[in-house]
Amino acid sequence: MIEVNDIHKSFDDSHILKGITTSFQKGKTNLIIGQSGSGKTVFLKCLLGLFTPEEGTISYDGKIYTELSDEQKRDLRQEMGMVFQGSALFDSMTVEGNVKFPLEMFTKQSKSEMQDRADFVLKRVNLVDAHHKFPSEISGGMQKRVAIARAIVMNPKYLFCDEPNSGLDPKTAIVIDNLIKEITEEYDITTIINTHDMNSVMEIGEKILFLKDGLKAWEGTNKEIFKTDNETVTDFVYSSDLFKKVRQMYIEERN
Amino acid sequence: MKSLILKEVDELIFGSLGILIFIAFFMGAVVAIQTALNITSELIPKNLVGFATRQSIILEFAPTFCSIIMAGKVGSYITSSIGTMRVTEQIDALEVMGVNALNYLVFPKIVALCLYPFIISIAMYVGIFGGWMAAVFGGFSTSADFIEGVQLDFIPFHVTYAFLKTLVFAFVLATVPSYHGFYMTGGALEVGKASTTSFVWTSVVIIVANYILTQLLLGQ
Repeated sequence: MIEVNDIHKSFDDSHILKGITTSFQKGKTNLIIGQSGSGKTVFLKCLLGLFTPEEGTISYDGKIYTELSDEQKRDLRQEMGMVFQGSALFDSMTVEGNVKFPLEMFTKQSKSEMQDRADFVLKRVNLVDAHHKFPSEISGGMQKRVAIARAIVMNPKYLFCDEPNSGLDPKTAIVIDNLIKEITEEYDITTIINTHDMNSVMEIGEKILFLKDGLKAWEGTNKEIFKTDNETVTDFVYSSDLFKKVRQMYIEERN
Repeated sequence: MKSLILKEVDELIFGSLGILIFIAFFMGAVVAIQTALNITSELIPKNLVGFATRQSIILEFAPTFCSIIMAGKVGSYITSSIGTMRVTEQIDALEVMGVNALNYLVFPKIVALCLYPFIISIAMYVGIFGGWMAAVFGGFSTSADFIEGVQLDFIPFHVTYAFLKTLVFAFVLATVPSYHGFYMTGGALEVGKASTTSFVWTSVVIIVANYILTQLLLGQ
């Protein structure tokens, strides 16, 4: 479980995060949504420890990040997996090399153990014949799957995904969404996804945090988002006619 | 880390050997021809061509001129490769994993470039050989005069001075471009700009360091 308590973050004169308090449950897919510039990426980078908030605390299963020693921070980071928007695979390494990288850096496993683990996670993300290809030789969807495999290879407690569906066709986006949800439940991970994809919100958002201008504007589940009267949320989530109709149908069905 | 260092040795050292040999050969040849053409007085000994070629190559052309070339070749490679990792979030990925990205990316380059004096010593040999070829086969000097000049008044400390300079330049070549790549912001266009800025600053630092080291090591 990750608990965030009143965090503030500024860059020069711009106050990006203005006091966000929330929590993310273990074994659930938690989504962060909001318009561009609402502070989603900065918030995610604060959760990852890449940015340090000026005020407030973030605790990981009771451990407050800022109170940890450098060694403890390093250990905590090894419990985190991250899927970047552009996958961020290492260009100079093969798919297999990318997946094995955290194992080579942080474990004392033998070569065969590493190979077995890499084979297992690549099979888990349905990539069985791309071991020796370089990132530039595979499709965007495959790159995302490799990034997920790399993120889970160390059995992380926390999985962060920044726009995992960006640049993917709708079908592949659903595959990636479902894969993240399955992995979250299977390994009992605290998963936090930064997204713009309303389909992900409806399908896998067990908890949704809506940010606006650096503040928490709303939070709830994907069931609750259909019923909410919060205008800020409805303006954003149901901005397209399609989603307006979907919402209408859902409400009519419930009545 | 060992494999990373070996990879960098292959890329930065052995990958630069060809261009440095090529440049050193023709640099030596031109120095020999220019010296020979400027000897107009009969009172100046014929062995001056070999002597001037040796001194120019060992003291300045091999360590300094080659380092400026390396600032373009190796420096821009380092800046663009690290800069591309920055803009594609590969450095963020390393940091999230708990890897010290600066150490992981820069340290192997510093260690690899400790072998830089090795290729500069080859450049020295090739440069003097190029001078001998141009002088003898161009008809500017006899082989005996040239070799006598090369051996004349040889001061071993000049080689030590050249290698000390080269080691400092190697450190500059590894760190200045890495800094420009690691701390760059923006996108692909900025990677190109960072490479250019890195080349300019690496060259400036090498030239200033050359002056300071020469004053410290050879000045009275």
